[in-house]
Amino acid sequence: MADASIVTQVTRRGRSDLGIWIPLIICAVYVLAAVFGPVLLGFDPVATSPRNRLLPPMSVLSDGSLALLGTDSVGRDLFAQLLAGARISLVVGATTLLLASVIGLVLGTIAGYAGGWADALIMRIADIQLGFPSILLAVLVAAVLGPSLTNVVLVLAVTRWVVFARVARAQTLAVKSRTFVDASRTLGASNLHIIVNCILPALVAPVLVVATVQFGLVIVAEASLSFLGLGLPVGIPTWGGTISAGRNYLGNAWWISTMPGLALSLLVVSVGVLGDTLRDRFDPNLATR
Amino acid sequence: MPVFLLGRLASSLLVVFGAATIVFLAMRSVPGDPAVVMLGVSATPEQIAALRASWGLDAPLFVQYFNYLVRMASFDFGQSLRLGISAGQAVAQNLPNTVYLAVVAFVMAVSVGLPLGVYSALRRGRAADRLVSLLSLAGQSLPSFWVGIMLVLVFSRALHILPSGGAESPQAVLLPAITLALPLLSVIVRLVRSGLLEAMGEPYMQTARAKGLGEPRVIGVHGVRNMLIPVVTVVGLELGTLLGGAVIVETVFAWPGLGRLLIDSIAARDYAVVQASVVMLVVFFVAINIVVDMLYGVLDPRVRVNG
Repeated sequence: MADASIVTQVTRRGRSDLGIWIPLIICAVYVLAAVFGPVLLGFDPVATSPRNRLLPPMSVLSDGSLALLGTDSVGRDLFAQLLAGARISLVVGATTLLLASVIGLVLGTIAGYAGGWADALIMRIADIQLGFPSILLAVLVAAVLGPSLTNVVLVLAVTRWVVFARVARAQTLAVKSRTFVDASRTLGASNLHIIVNCILPALVAPVLVVATVQFGLVIVAEASLSFLGLGLPVGIPTWGGTISAGRNYLGNAWWISTMPGLALSLLVVSVGVLGDTLRDRFDPNLATR
Repeated sequence: MPVFLLGRLASSLLVVFGAATIVFLAMRSVPGDPAVVMLGVSATPEQIAALRASWGLDAPLFVQYFNYLVRMASFDFGQSLRLGISAGQAVAQNLPNTVYLAVVAFVMAVSVGLPLGVYSALRRGRAADRLVSLLSLAGQSLPSFWVGIMLVLVFSRALHILPSGGAESPQAVLLPAITLALPLLSVIVRLVRSGLLEAMGEPYMQTARAKGLGEPRVIGVHGVRNMLIPVVTVVGLELGTLLGGAVIVETVFAWPGLGRLLIDSIAARDYAVVQASVVMLVVFFVAINIVVDMLYGVLDPRVRVNG
């Protein structure tokens, strides 16, 4: 924040630019680490090594390599686990948002554009779902479907589509009555043409802002499910799973639970700052929860 | 009773009904026959069939659903296979702990969040305000299960001043309550800050100052009261998140509440208790929302007129 004042003097929107660039760079580092990290590091995140159990960060392992963040209870390298966990978190976050935003966009646009009973039905379902704590719904559906990557994405998309549907509906309602839409219709454009060419372009910005805000929530939700044992299968290294595994070793190996939590926290706080800045910049009145 | 409250009551019943339906369908589609779970794999098909018949599991699905709804109306969810008591009893035993935890967390969040938000607004743009804003953003987005574990690490393992779990001692509520309060506290700080900043630009604040009122009274009475309306709305919505958070926080701290009962029962495939605790959590959630709606009328007289 100390740098902010200097930059503010240079550029008029310096502060909010920093609010975009710093978190964006942090997110980019995560993406690069998740994509290339496991390849470059060359460690197997699930390879056990009983001789190297519970070594603290910066320890030298029996094969001479350095365990930057230490090892866990069966001697697996924690840094390698974090990188593998980053892959899972980012993949779950991105695919969930893609699925949730497509469902939300389609239903929200239909509700806003068609109105009438379709609107009443869709928004009624959305209201009922909002009347239900989302983690409770996730826990229930996850318990039914069982642990797997696909199921986690499905579960979280089910809990998130409502937010996208609401924004899409509100924006559709706002755009629908604009004169350029009336003009298109007068010229004989079909409903499909109007939705694709007039409504959807107006939805891109607000949906991207909502997606940014939701990204952090989805990643935390995945970690929470994995922590509860309802997310990904036990063998797959996830941040939530590693945090959970480290609970039994808080007394003698604090790093197992701490490190993945720090990785997760830095990512979600960065995304949070980014989402806040984008929301303030593009639409201060955007209702996002 | 005002008309809008009747409407809210009706839609709340719909939510509870929807929750009951979801949990019914969920529990019927989980792999594993509860009769087989109860009797073990060595049971004969006849024994299993007899038990299924005695539980009504051999009836068509919609008959089971109807019976389930009828029994639910009198809060009869059947027997807990794991605990050996009725699911209603299990829920009744755990409910007070969750209420207690939620109330402590709520009081913490409001009593810290409200003054901190006002302070932050009055120091707008200064270092203290920046710090509070960043911390509240972090508090809102940090994963609560990890925050809980870190609190245990510091206060139980390193400093040995607070218990790491359970509910045996009176101070055991502190760590879970702080963990649960943190996201709500952060939301309150952010709302109060932005709400008060907005209110300070309103003409009635000028009027209050012009009347010669002192600054504490202008801020405290005119500013804060007007800003409270949106705060109450969002806090009401966030209370649901608080209940959801209780599911996770109770698991972290082995707190004997509804949330932990739910997670343990899911793991043990104890469907009666899963159904009872989910329905209870949702009833709780819906009730809070109704109270929040009623509070509007108290805070904002315009709502009462519009009815």
